[in-house]
Amino acid sequence: MRAVLLIDFGSTYTKLTAVDVEAEILLGTAAAYTTVETDIGDGLTEARRLLEAQTGPVDYEACYACSSAAGGLRMVTSGLVPELTGEAAKLASLGAGAKVAGVYAFQLTEDDIEDIRAMRPDIFLLVGGTDGGNTECILHNAAMLAKLPPDFPVIVAGNRTAARQCQRLLEGFEVHICPNVMPKFGVLNIEPTQSKIREIFLRRIIQAKGLSRAAELLSDIMMPTPSAVLLAMELLAKGCEGESGIGELLAVDVGGATTDVYSIADGMPQQINTVYKGLPEPYAKRTVEGDIGMRYSAQGIVDAAGLPRLSALSGLSEERLIALTAEIRAHPDMVPEEGGELEQLDFALASCAIEEAVRRHAGTITETYTMMGQTFIQEGKNLTNVGQVVVTGGSLIHTRRTGEIAAHAMYDPAAPASLRPKAAEIRVDRRYILSAMGLLSAHYPQTALRIMKKELAYHGYSE
Amino acid sequence: MEQREKKVIVIGVIGADVHAVGNKILYHAFTEAGFEVVNLGVMVSQEEYIAAAIESDADAIVVSSLYGQGELDCRGLREKCDEAGLKGIPLLVGGNIVIGKQRFEDVEPRFKAMGFDRAFPPGTTPETTIEALRELLHMDGGDA
Repeated sequence: MRAVLLIDFGSTYTKLTAVDVEAEILLGTAAAYTTVETDIGDGLTEARRLLEAQTGPVDYEACYACSSAAGGLRMVTSGLVPELTGEAAKLASLGAGAKVAGVYAFQLTEDDIEDIRAMRPDIFLLVGGTDGGNTECILHNAAMLAKLPPDFPVIVAGNRTAARQCQRLLEGFEVHICPNVMPKFGVLNIEPTQSKIREIFLRRIIQAKGLSRAAELLSDIMMPTPSAVLLAMELLAKGCEGESGIGELLAVDVGGATTDVYSIADGMPQQINTVYKGLPEPYAKRTVEGDIGMRYSAQGIVDAAGLPRLSALSGLSEERLIALTAEIRAHPDMVPEEGGELEQLDFALASCAIEEAVRRHAGTITETYTMMGQTFIQEGKNLTNVGQVVVTGGSLIHTRRTGEIAAHAMYDPAAPASLRPKAAEIRVDRRYILSAMGLLSAHYPQTALRIMKKELAYHGYSE
Repeated sequence: MEQREKKVIVIGVIGADVHAVGNKILYHAFTEAGFEVVNLGVMVSQEEYIAAAIESDADAIVVSSLYGQGELDCRGLREKCDEAGLKGIPLLVGGNIVIGKQRFEDVEPRFKAMGFDRAFPPGTTPETTIEALRELLHMDGGDA
């Protein structure tokens, strides 16, 4: 046996996954409360004790970790035009696993600067202008940022013409210059910035978040949890040497406070009479809906879906819905009993959470008539041909209606403009292994892929 | 800061117009003439021209319209440019920019009144437009 231990320091739980990389099987999983306020090692020790109860004593040859503890990796971005460099900065940060606390466009104002001070970003991403394009905005924003105390690093990834001047304006700050996130109009180049974000996360953030003591126990790699999940999903879709992937996929993680959506798909127009508009989106795309979640953000689901729809799905009256929603927001640790009202509510909330989050993630198509006949305009990714949907999150795992809930990620003939998958196999991550497999993939891609193929239980087919 | 070598122009076919061939020809002709060309392709909205011009700090916007609805589609572009901080940016338009066969002497003043610096009749060669761009952007002959 060659055992590897994978750790996910979550905001609430420290989750462990033990893997035998020789037999390509899971040895066990365990979770304990994250203890970031005292010593993160306490929670880890407790989780290891629980794990050992399942596996017996194991000698691990390596130990890798990811973290979203202590608020995760908090980023604020500023760009020029909201739909262009503003969006590019956001896509870059989300794809690097960050929690994006603020997105600014055009020139930062004095009030914005005060807000940014209050947000206490871990990293600021400053962009704007294509190469050789507008310099005024990014220079203005650099000068505005310079008014803040220099206690966070700034990545400058805008118009290259202005990069050095931005650095000079930000004297005293730790400044990193990266290639422009949008070097030419409509061209996205976010990978260099993303690897810089990860590098800063490794060097600075881990220390700042009190994770350094745990880091001593680790052999290698530490990344933001969402970035590990994105890696796992990319591996699962594309495959690796010696093992094929399952093809283009969509993954949804419905949490208590947020809902994360990942798509690994090309998504460009499929018909010759379709014109693509807007910024091209990355092949591996992540979005986070901060207002869509099962507990803390339950109200956001109610606002998005509306009481009548939730009432129809849950079978509860609107009055009961209002009362119950208030209750779960006040007590986020409430767990449904079988056959109880809360179970009905959770079913409706999870269904609408998936529906809304995937709708926001997926592209749209609109039909227009021109002198040349019917034409379509596509914005964002076309996911209609994506054949795999992976779902995770407590509300999907601890229910027998997983398939029914997950089906809400699919194309809806009543809303044909939303380009969601038309027919897909549904897979469930019952043991929360996605981030662990992302970590494992850095050194053992084949093993990680084979374990995912085995563990992500097939849960039916949906059209 | 380094000075950029080339003048930047934003081009595209406005409105619900899908005529792609002339757009490609213009792209190549302008690039050949030494311009940095941001080509938005077909079915371009006024907002897209403006967003692209802001990010690329464009020196001029060249609007094409081939399907006769140009007059409607172009209305308000100058005002939106002013609003977006692109005050005084040269606007050029060409193609089959109005409905039916109208005398261009009647058409041109209407586009000038809308704030376009130049309007070109059907059959204009790319060279004519390049010449006009050089003049508007105060470029001394030769390279752009």
